[in-house]
Parts: sequence; structure tokens; C-alpha cells
Amino acid sequence: MNLLINGDYVNIPSHIQSVESLLNHFKLDQQIVVVELNGTILEKDKQNQYLTDGDKLELVHFVGGG
Amino acid sequence: MLRIGPYEFTSRLLLGTGKYPDFDTQKEAVKVSETEILTFSVRRMNIFKPDQPDFLEKLNVEKYHLLPNTAGAKTAEEAVRTAKLAKASGLCDMIKVEVIGDEKTLLPDPIETLKASEELLKEGFIVLPYTSDDVMLAQRLEEMGCHAIMPGASPIGSGQGIINPLYLSLIMEKANVPVIVDAGIGGPRDAASAMELGADGVLLNTAVSGADNPVKMAKAMKLAIEAGRLGYEAGRIPRKRYATASSPTEGMSIG
Repeated sequence: MNLLINGDYVNIPSHIQSVESLLNHFKLDQQIVVVELNGTILEKDKQNQYLTDGDKLELVHFVGGG
Repeated sequence: MLRIGPYEFTSRLLLGTGKYPDFDTQKEAVKVSETEILTFSVRRMNIFKPDQPDFLEKLNVEKYHLLPNTAGAKTAEEAVRTAKLAKASGLCDMIKVEVIGDEKTLLPDPIETLKASEELLKEGFIVLPYTSDDVMLAQRLEEMGCHAIMPGASPIGSGQGIINPLYLSLIMEKANVPVIVDAGIGGPRDAASAMELGADGVLLNTAVSGADNPVKMAKAMKLAIEAGRLGYEAGRIPRKRYATASSPTEGMSIG
């Protein structure tokens, strides 16, 4: 399936079907990461949400800043 | 004691986390500064590099109150979105509203800042807007319900110090919420001077992270802010044009 992640199209193996498994796939599950799916911010307990082809995701985190 | 919304802080220094030469220096600078509030930015992750150091984790964030900013936003809408992303981390409910209107000066856009602050207050955030030193704007932000007002001393990262002490002091005089001087601090004297004017706190980043020795500068800023605050509480003497002798003028054995 093709997903638009942080502005880039990424082809994802077919066994990845949820946001949670996507984060595992990219080894981001232990990090502080906030997910926005098709313009809606996902609360932590909603990360089992299913993905469909063409979904638009934003994965953000905190970086240094003033 | 610095009170922002429901929170109380002993330290009056709010420290930024950007642009340190390396992580160890940053960690030590944060420690010696004795700050309780750290600012951060929200950015896209590089999903193909999951092993990037997560310095939030290394800094032991439970010890600090996190103040994410909305830097990068040019409109109220962008700032609100960034604030919501930050809050969804579950790590913070304070937000530094920063809506930049001009790339060269990085001066805040007052109208978008006002709009974003209004929206975020409705959403239940603890709102600390970074503003210009406009006295009426500060008043309007306070009336709206902002939990602190953060006027700039001079442009971000410029190190020019306080360029408009009069307007800053007018803001401080009127405000019933904390006034935190944010941006433009160059050296300890600027921080001390902001506190002497009556600021409730100082937010700085580059002045420490860009110093030749960030750890020493972090300590210097801590002491400057404490000294400035004590001086403010003590009440300085008025300025006089001519000298007044400190020693008695009576009983001199000469002449």
C-alpha cells in the first residue's frame, strides 16, 4: 500500500495495516511521536486505527527550539 | 515564586533547547541553569532514521515542565495545529504561541498571535504568547485570558538586549499575569536588567547555546536573573543628576 508520510510517498509492506504496526515497522514505537492521519490528530489510544491506500500521515516529534 | 496558570516555579529562567554544540553540553547547561521550564519545537520525524538521539528522553523530561512553541507558523491556523500536535504527546498543556510575520526580523505577527491565542484558550491550553513590546496588545492578550505575556526584548537570536525598556516596563506595570521577557537577550546584564525592570521571568536560548561556554553562561544567566529579581524587590534608588555624599558632611577634622 502507498502512504503519503511527512510529504513523501512511501510503499508499505502489505502486512502493515494499522498505525500501530506502521510505527513498529519504522521502529518508532518506543519514541515520543504524535500521529496525524488525514488531518486528524490521533490520541495515543487510537493508534490501532486501520490504514488504507493513499492515507496521508504526519509523524512529528519534539526537537530543540526556543 | 513564578505562577503560570496552575503551575508554580521557583526558577524564573525559561530555557530554550535549540542549537547547542552537543548533547552533553546541553545537559550540563540545563542542569546548572536550574531552570524548571524547557522550550521545544514540533517537527516532522525522519522515519528512515529511527535511531536519532531522542534528547527529550535523555534530558529526563519528567523533571521539567515542557513549553513547546509554535515556531514555523505564519498563521493562527498553523499555530493552533502545531499546538494541538504538541499537546497530543500527552507531555504538556502549556504552549508558547509564536506566529512569525517576517522572515528577516522574525518579529511576531500581532494579529495572528491574538487569533491563535484566543483559539487555544478555548481549547483549554495554558497560553503564553510571544509578542512584540506593544503595550495595548499585551493588555488585549491578558484580557483574553492568556496565562502569561512574553514580549520580546529585541529580535530573536539577535543578542541586542533590551531595546525598549520603557514599553516593557509599561507592560509589566499594567499586567496582572506574569510578564516574561522573551527573545533578544545577549548577556547576563540584559537578563538582570529585564528582571530589574519588573519582569516575572526571562526566556532565552541562543544567549546560552551560542556562548563560547554554554555551561558557564547558563550559570551566569541564573545568577543574573536572581540578582535582577532581588534588586527589583529591594527597590533601587532614584537616579540623580548630581552627587550625594555617602559619608557624613558633619564633624570633619580637616579645615
